[in-house]
Amino acid sequence: MNEKKDILLEIHNLSVSFCMYHHGLEQRDLQVISDLHLNVAAGEIVAVAGSSGSGKSLLASAILGILPGNATVRGQLYYKGKELTKERQGQLRGSEIALVPQSVTYLDPRMKVGAQAVGHKRPYPTGKLRSLFQRLCLPEKTERLYPFQLSGGMARRVLVSTALITDAQLVIADEPTPGMGLGQAMEALGMFREMAKDGKAVILITHDIDLAFEFADRVAVFYAGTTVEIAPASDFKRGADALRHPYSKALWKALPQNGFQPIGGFQPYAGNLPKGCLFAPRCPHKTAKCEDSVPAIKEVRGGEVRCHHAT
Amino acid sequence: MPLEARNISFRYHKRQPWVLENRSLSLCRGERLALLAPSGYGKTTLALLLSGYLKPTKGQILLDEKPLPQKGVCPVQLIYQHPEKAMNPRWRLKRVLEESGGMQQNILDAFGIEHAWLNRFPGELSGGELQRFCVARALLSGADYLICDEISTMLDVITQAQIWKVILEEGEKRNMGILAVTHNWHLARRIATRIVDLQVSEALARPASPDVYFPR
Amino acid sequence: MKRFNRRTKVVVLTAAMAVILAAVYTAGIFLPGDAVAGSFLNAKKPPSWEQPFGTDALGRDLLMRTLKGLAVSMTIGLAASLISALIAVFVSLAAAAGSKRLDAFVNWVIDLVMSVPHTILVILISFAMGRGVRGLLAGIAATHWCSLARLLRAEVLQLRSQQYIAVSRKLGKTSGWIFAHHLLPHLIPQFFVGLLLLFPHAVLHEASVSFLGFGLPPEQPAIGIILSESMRYISAGMWWQAVLPGLTLVLIVLLVDRLGDNLRMVLDPHSAQE
Repeated sequence: MNEKKDILLEIHNLSVSFCMYHHGLEQRDLQVISDLHLNVAAGEIVAVAGSSGSGKSLLASAILGILPGNATVRGQLYYKGKELTKERQGQLRGSEIALVPQSVTYLDPRMKVGAQAVGHKRPYPTGKLRSLFQRLCLPEKTERLYPFQLSGGMARRVLVSTALITDAQLVIADEPTPGMGLGQAMEALGMFREMAKDGKAVILITHDIDLAFEFADRVAVFYAGTTVEIAPASDFKRGADALRHPYSKALWKALPQNGFQPIGGFQPYAGNLPKGCLFAPRCPHKTAKCEDSVPAIKEVRGGEVRCHHAT
Repeated sequence: MPLEARNISFRYHKRQPWVLENRSLSLCRGERLALLAPSGYGKTTLALLLSGYLKPTKGQILLDEKPLPQKGVCPVQLIYQHPEKAMNPRWRLKRVLEESGGMQQNILDAFGIEHAWLNRFPGELSGGELQRFCVARALLSGADYLICDEISTMLDVITQAQIWKVILEEGEKRNMGILAVTHNWHLARRIATRIVDLQVSEALARPASPDVYFPR
Repeated sequence: MKRFNRRTKVVVLTAAMAVILAAVYTAGIFLPGDAVAGSFLNAKKPPSWEQPFGTDALGRDLLMRTLKGLAVSMTIGLAASLISALIAVFVSLAAAAGSKRLDAFVNWVIDLVMSVPHTILVILISFAMGRGVRGLLAGIAATHWCSLARLLRAEVLQLRSQQYIAVSRKLGKTSGWIFAHHLLPHLIPQFFVGLLLLFPHAVLHEASVSFLGFGLPPEQPAIGIILSESMRYISAGMWWQAVLPGLTLVLIVLLVDRLGDNLRMVLDPHSAQE
């Protein structure tokens, strides 16, 4: 749907596995992300939604190239049409691709906020920092405060400022809203909308699915480490019938405001994944085909979905 | 026979500002109260005070007009936001459940707790699954009141619905008083018989004030 | 066959070290007395195939004597570090579980003991208690518990503030029950690793104090004594009397130190996945 816009980041068939100790001394590979698929264009917000353990945060680490040493990455990552190699990730990280971390614990408690927001940038961009803080409604003295002196909301904005000051083209926000009230969350997400208006691409990782479809342009639904559906956010507002994958429908129906109906079962574990469609064990429409083969991504009604039976 | 917070104030240290000032709140058995407020309004502190984890600086927490018991199994059980912190990481989950003093198959079934999980360690399960164990443990202890502090904030909506369904069913069966601390307005509307917004209401005990809703 | 992974290597290495140490120890203990008997015909021989470490001024086989000495040193080291570790456990538990004042007092004592160099303290205590095995044991045990006590105290304080301990209390468990079921199992591996890491210190201190003449009596075949005796002959070119037993001591101490480190790596969940 966004063919006209420049695709900034493309991810094809990304798989991430970890080499872990199993029982005592046995070592085995655990596949936590499999055949993941996502693309992000300049000027849009793509929300990545899914339950914990669906590989959302690992995706951020994989894009930035900061996975731990025992991880193996396969698949293709393209940034601005060129392959995103390890070296390129190192160069772009913190300059063109920026991360808004999850919580204040990511700030150094013994370093003044201003210096942390600026990072290694030299010469020290005093003017830029001032105007940025002003835009984020942070009082001027914030620069000279330590993290423990910030309130929750201020800390959040400081974290956002660390990404904004870099002129990054791609901003990845990892769970920016948990524990915030509706007002605060709206405010925080409003800042990401501002960024998108400036022509940046934003990946918003969240499990707060209702906030995701309020604020994003497109929503990518993750399940057990793969993309099951990428839909325009408006589809989520229209209801379960506008959605394509049975898991997204189940998510929609489980929201407290629309039904609060749970489905049974649990997300499968890495290392214990079903052979065919990952959602098959919990799916009300599963057939023999679903248990045998992994469905490919296909286009359905202006969205992408990974399901044999989606219409 | 309510659980009652009477004019409580709390601060962590003499030189620090008040976290809560002169709040009152009551929770009856069979009632489901949702406590709504953005962060920084002392929701979690209130939950810790009501379940006896903290002592109020001023005022009292009363259970049937008596202070909370200091010894023995507490009839008010708190469920934390982060289940993985509320269980010993070196214990198998069977032992975690048994710490409550009892095992009832029907509760395990209600939560969909599979037998194989009982032999695992907390680190091997996801947050949603662990939270089931925390709620099950509180129910197994025979609690009369359940204080749920943002228990589903870190969970996906399907798991949230799964867990709340069991809590509401069991709460009804055992005539429990349930306090749900949350910032999710939709969730509060869905689960509560009474909603209190800390941001708006000064005295929480006023049941008829305009900021208190009775959605059901 | 699959290549061994790192954890397997560490475990195998640790086991091998433990076997070597045990072998040295039992060899020293069960060595018959006449293996270290002197014969003046044989005195002051340099290392040869029959006697790899050579002989000393009284014609005693130095390899045998080193083994016997090591066994004595290891016994003393083990006993001293065990006593020391037990002191550490009691002190740290008292500090972490008792009143604030007790905690402050314990911390003050730890600072006090640590501020005096170990060797001097060991010499003073050992001398005051009339030297010999008893004096040495007391001296070493009284000086080595501090760092482990500090570690364990921090660990207990950190554990006590955990949510699951608070939950346990609300589920009606008594302090004693919580201590036995939640705290103790957590501390036991820490205790053993700490014990193992104390051991090389204890052995070295034993050897150095004996070397200086404030420890074991000269008739005991301890490493410190052997080294101290060798000093008299080293200017006469009998290098083997000092170098070979000394080197063996260093090797054994290094081995134990590595063993402790490896054990910590295997037991500690944080470094386990590396």
